[in-house]
Amino acid sequence: MSDAAIRVEHATRASRIGMTLLALLVVALAAAPLWADRASLRLMGEIFTFVALASLWNLLAGYAGLVSVGQQAYVGFGGYVLFAAAILFGVPPIAAIIVAGALAALLAVPVAALMFRLRGHYFAIGTWVVAEIFRLVAAQIGVLGGGSGVSLPAGVITGIAATRAMREYIIYWLALGLAVLVVGGIVLLLRSRYGLALTAIRDNETAARSNGISVMRIKYLVYVVTAAGTAMTGALIFLTKLRISPDTAFSVNDWTAFVIFITVIGGIGRVEGPLIGTIVFFLLRETLADLGSLYLLMLGAVAIVVMLFAPKGLWGFVADRFGWQAFPLERRLAHKP
Amino acid sequence: MPTLLALEQISKRFGAVVVADQIDLALAPGEALGIIGPNGAGKTSLFGMATGTLSPDSGRVIFDGADITTLPPERRCRLGLARSFQIPQPFGGMTVFENVVVAAAFGTGARERDVYAPCADILDRCGLSQKANRPAGALTLLDRKRLELARALATKPRVLLLDEVAGGLTEHECTALVALIKDIRADGVSVIWIEHIVHALVSVVDRLVVLHGGRFIAQGEPHSVIKSAPVQEIYMGIPADA
Ligand SMILES: Nc1ncnc2c1ncn2[C@@H]1O[C@H](COP(=O)(O)OP(=O)(O)OP(=O)(O)O)[C@@H](O)[C@H]1O
Ligand SMILES: [Mg+2]
Repeated sequence: MSDAAIRVEHATRASRIGMTLLALLVVALAAAPLWADRASLRLMGEIFTFVALASLWNLLAGYAGLVSVGQQAYVGFGGYVLFAAAILFGVPPIAAIIVAGALAALLAVPVAALMFRLRGHYFAIGTWVVAEIFRLVAAQIGVLGGGSGVSLPAGVITGIAATRAMREYIIYWLALGLAVLVVGGIVLLLRSRYGLALTAIRDNETAARSNGISVMRIKYLVYVVTAAGTAMTGALIFLTKLRISPDTAFSVNDWTAFVIFITVIGGIGRVEGPLIGTIVFFLLRETLADLGSLYLLMLGAVAIVVMLFAPKGLWGFVADRFGWQAFPLERRLAHKP
Repeated sequence: MPTLLALEQISKRFGAVVVADQIDLALAPGEALGIIGPNGAGKTSLFGMATGTLSPDSGRVIFDGADITTLPPERRCRLGLARSFQIPQPFGGMTVFENVVVAAAFGTGARERDVYAPCADILDRCGLSQKANRPAGALTLLDRKRLELARALATKPRVLLLDEVAGGLTEHECTALVALIKDIRADGVSVIWIEHIVHALVSVVDRLVVLHGGRFIAQGEPHSVIKSAPVQEIYMGIPADA
């Protein structure tokens, strides 16, 4: 068979439809300040940050097999870097988001070296311990309020934009931009040579190794990249909240338990999973939040039902039945006529 | 005679089970070697130690003159040591074609788009081209074994380790497989083949070794090894599927 006789296609009909719908959605969302009220903008901004967090955790755990329960370490780290940069060094908050990402990547290098010595469940426990250490350290930083936390000074906030409405728009667009950047970046990564390796690792590590993939190197890379992304998201989250404390910044509940819930019910190991999962999570939260602790019980029940009846998550459930995929990630072999 | 792959004084035990007891094995360039032995003799474990998925308790693995005993599997693969797993290990969520592309791209270090054409070719040779775009997780056991072979070939091996690839094939399919393996040899690839389907094995290999109790109890020219007393003795009690 000669070179000219074959062609490899990435997009399918399903992914063309998916990409078109997603592009329209992003355009509509970018224009949201025109059609949504302030409360909705704030809610959507929060949704975008969870899309980013869950997509990153999915890359880490769903693809690279690194089941971390300590990503709140980087959420909190990012938040604290933003506050420290703004309060102590006068760095504009938007620039501080980037600084948070860069510093988290640097920090992740030695942390990963330590964590990767731990196997299996010990890795998960180790990541949680690291996050707790981060929390304890943050509580010791007097200039940032110690254990009780600190607020962002008014001057820093007004520095973003003069009017309150414009500030809220900018923060909304930042959140949307970050979610698009994270999801788009992951799609591009999966389209690349690294994506081929990551998907292989997701499916079978032994075979991946035996077929020439440097599994440890790729896991290391993914750990560092997700740390950076998670910290940038954390910085943005706490820029929206205007206040940070060790307990909110390093909350295992908010930044890891909910994120795992989102990824697992949406469909772990697929790019679409966290998107679907985030929508489901916020639908549940907005309708059930009044129920108090019953709400957490309901989340648990939903998680159990999904895991029993759709172990590949809601997206996996429909995608496998109808051959759907929203992103052009396949390498389809086609013979030229 | 020069040696391409050698196991030197390899020992391995799992608790009380001795799977290798100071085994020496040398494979010459271009040679095809067959390994037989009863179930649980330690044949697959030998492949594990050769390719790095299992580490020996003692002894050395030498490839092309270099000591590779502590090299990880991915490095050994890139040096040219490929293996088909007895229990197939497909990338279940990827298509058959993507499985082979992974092996070709990472096993040889080539750019992804440069391996598309050779991979399509390999699928053809292994009888998988009709299933190129199916998810590998949905393949039958037989096709999974074909995929194991296809992936191993895609890494452009110098030594190909085949672990029971003929089991379950029809007579016709078995003949095709034997032809394919002879073809692969003709390209200069050295082969070690573990197989219970003895007639297929002896039609390909130059030399046959018999593993039992962690040792080679017979080795040499395939037909005479089959007829030798210890082999007849061991295989007496082995049921027909073996
Ligand atoms: N990881 C392991 N841990 C413990 N015991 C093992 C392990 N791997 C293999 N064994 C044992 O070692 C022995 C040899 O196994 P191996 O798979 O190498 O045999 P084999 O000759 O390939 O057998 P078969 O013909 O059934 O494929 C068996 O008794 C098996 O149960
Ligand atoms: Mg075996």
